[in-house]
Amino acid sequence: MTYFDVIFYLFALITIISAVIVVTTKNIVYSAYSLLLTLFGISGIYVLLGADFLAVVQIMIYVGGILILLLFGVMLTNKITSVDIRTGTVHLLPAAIGVGLLLGVLWAVMIWTNWKTQPGEIPITTIKNLGNLLITDYILIFELLAVLLLVALIGAASIARREEEKID
Amino acid sequence: MTVNVGLTHFLIISAILFSLGIYGIITRKNAVMVLMGIELILNSANINFVAFARYGNFGFSGQIIALFVIILAAAEAAIALAIVLNIYKTFSNVNVDEIDKLKE
Repeated sequence: MTYFDVIFYLFALITIISAVIVVTTKNIVYSAYSLLLTLFGISGIYVLLGADFLAVVQIMIYVGGILILLLFGVMLTNKITSVDIRTGTVHLLPAAIGVGLLLGVLWAVMIWTNWKTQPGEIPITTIKNLGNLLITDYILIFELLAVLLLVALIGAASIARREEEKID
Repeated sequence: MTVNVGLTHFLIISAILFSLGIYGIITRKNAVMVLMGIELILNSANINFVAFARYGNFGFSGQIIALFVIILAAAEAAIALAIVLNIYKTFSNVNVDEIDKLKE
């Protein structure tokens, strides 16, 4: 085994184990912190795949943004002072069987398909290429996403802070 | 396992994450936990994009798409949490199996 393999298995282990904790623990706060570990592991996998910029973006947006949002959601929608910070579960056994079957099918497909791999060389940094692509081939999607983010943030603020209308 | 790590390994990681995300969405009652399952699924799709971009020699298009997916996930989380907060204000809980009305 090369160093690459060892590091891959390390990150894969971190990712999978913490993802299992995310979906099995009953305490929502534990889930949120396990999700943090999962996202870090995925960011390490991105680095192994030669996507350094994407790894940094993953940490900044997911850990710094989305995870904080989720934690705020947990804090604001649970009674912290009481012990009611747990989530209920439904359909545990049927879900486990169905998801197990799904995973088996996916695993078999991934293994038995003859993927045509043709690895290119890994550049030292991908920032220049990504930046060039963003303002040439993908400029329309880039601008549309900017507008979408603005709409989403204004919409979220207006939904969450709706004033109570006084109807006499 | 004596096989060198290749495309298949990354695809299997992504398949496991996808299955766990589905499991989380199906079994959890709390709406915030359902959101976490969705994040797991989006991340598994992202791993696939980046893995194929690396091993398929497609240039950087896969990484760009993964970037867009991350941005969309941020927008989705913001909107979804705003809706969840509103639901909590109205019904005093966020269990998705109990909320079956759009207004009080």
